[in-house]
Amino acid sequence: MTAASVTANAPATPESAARVGPIEGLRQTATLAWRTLVQIKHNPWELGDFSFQPIMFVLLFTYVFGGAISGSTGAYLTFALPGIIVMNMLFVTMYVGMGLNTDLTKGVFDRLRTLPLARWAPLAGRITADLVKQAWSIVLLLGVGAILGFRIGTSVVELLAAVGLILVFALAFSWVSVLVGVLAADPEKVQIFGMTALFPITFVSNVFVPIETMPGWLQAFVNVNPVTLLADASRGLMVGGPVAGPVIGSLLWATAIAAVFGPVSVWAFKRRV
Amino acid sequence: MDHAIRAEGLVKRYGETTALDGVDLAVRTGTVLGLLGPNGAGKTTAVRVLATLLQPDAGHATVGGYDVVRDAHRVRQLIGLTGQYASVDEALTGTENLLLIGRLLGMSRRAAKARARELLARFQLEDAASRAAKTYSGGMRRRLDLAASLVGRPALLYLDEPTTGLDPRSRLELWGLVRSLVADGVTVLLTTQYLEEADQLADEIAVIDEGRVIATGAPDELKAKIGARCLAVRPADDADVPAVISVVGELAGVAPEVEGRLVTAPVTDSALLPAVVRRLDDAGVVITELALRNSSLNEVFLSLTGHPAGETEQADDTEGVLV
Repeated sequence: MTAASVTANAPATPESAARVGPIEGLRQTATLAWRTLVQIKHNPWELGDFSFQPIMFVLLFTYVFGGAISGSTGAYLTFALPGIIVMNMLFVTMYVGMGLNTDLTKGVFDRLRTLPLARWAPLAGRITADLVKQAWSIVLLLGVGAILGFRIGTSVVELLAAVGLILVFALAFSWVSVLVGVLAADPEKVQIFGMTALFPITFVSNVFVPIETMPGWLQAFVNVNPVTLLADASRGLMVGGPVAGPVIGSLLWATAIAAVFGPVSVWAFKRRV
Repeated sequence: MDHAIRAEGLVKRYGETTALDGVDLAVRTGTVLGLLGPNGAGKTTAVRVLATLLQPDAGHATVGGYDVVRDAHRVRQLIGLTGQYASVDEALTGTENLLLIGRLLGMSRRAAKARARELLARFQLEDAASRAAKTYSGGMRRRLDLAASLVGRPALLYLDEPTTGLDPRSRLELWGLVRSLVADGVTVLLTTQYLEEADQLADEIAVIDEGRVIATGAPDELKAKIGARCLAVRPADDADVPAVISVVGELAGVAPEVEGRLVTAPVTDSALLPAVVRRLDDAGVVITELALRNSSLNEVFLSLTGHPAGETEQADDTEGVLV
């Protein structure tokens, strides 16, 4: 054989195993997460997508609507920033579905499936990468907020609890994104879903405006909207105010979403591949 | 010699359509099996079953002695797949794609890097190593695909229509690469729509149509059976047609078909061409067209099944002279 020999005659590798151990599976997950994140290096626009867009929202709402809604831009920023972080989290989860859909339509997924990987590693890799993007967005928004005058009214522990809660919710909501990613014909449709479904859900909440001026029937919806609960919980943990109720509500929603969309997504996923 | 791949009675249905209707295949270790058939014949479905991507509805298959359903994980440790469907990540560079697979296969970072470099050099992709795969040409893409399927040094390689859509030069390059892999001892299952490709690369050919294997054999046996080449002669003058028919008929050993002034006959021996030229020259026949071309997949199907192949492009590779 030559130095550049491409293959070996050897049959199975000596460590040929019937399945993948959990530690090996986690290592594969980390490699696949790396793969998703390293793409940003080649396509910096993607970074812009989940960086500039939320910053633009903060600026637009604070300076255009802020004074009218809260009397001053400073007061409005304190009110709106935690909610904007929540909204942005929902949008960023769509990357899981878009990436998954790209892999499915372009054949990358088939290549991965012919490798001896843990069955859950490709999905777990996507979701892990998504959590990194989420953490980045949250830090970025808090940083921009701080520059504009947003002040944490609570403690570091509570702030971290808020970030943790948002990430837990992101993890649960990722299953919705997985389902859309599996069902959509192409990545653009995932994005269209993100726009058409997530905009109303986030706007019909108390992220941007207090709900008192809304009609009663709308308030009824807004009050149970998980986005409202999560925004309230984040406000409570970041700025101060009631915490227990909205946190429990958010966690119940997260559990319910994961319990429904987790199995459905896995089922749809197995059907497609 | 033992069999690296063995499939018996594979059936796969999608609703009303039967993609595989009882496919039997056997590939001896270290050889190339060419699975030849038109679009929709079931080639890709068969490969997907053997690559553990699909579960058959009936029948069973072993790869390297392992069952593709029960021991899928072990099968995956033996195989590499390159094809229409299994693909590289376009957003990553060539190096990153190979690095990704090396790391997923459990190589250390250093080993994965070394392997990536080695394969990029081997497949002449060094200059494009740090460019995103989406900027690659078709031929480069296929080479990177092939390299990606070789990172783990698989003992078995599935090539699903590896040259479909490639220009002739890239096709020749890829054939060369496949040959060098076979020389290294890899067992290859190749699907193709081109008789010529199967002929060039395969030790054995299985012709598949409508989910069934309708003929198997070494390329020469198969070609002899179906008359793999076609001789075409067109005289300049109508009056010479009978003379051409007699010369062609005598040398080909069959009664030629005549369409206008064009006389055609299936032939198995390509050494016939000079003899035809000499005989026609001796007879003083002036010809405007003389060609020996490979039978298209359609002609193969016509002769094997009596019906033309599906919506296949004709592999009308003309080799010879147009006067």
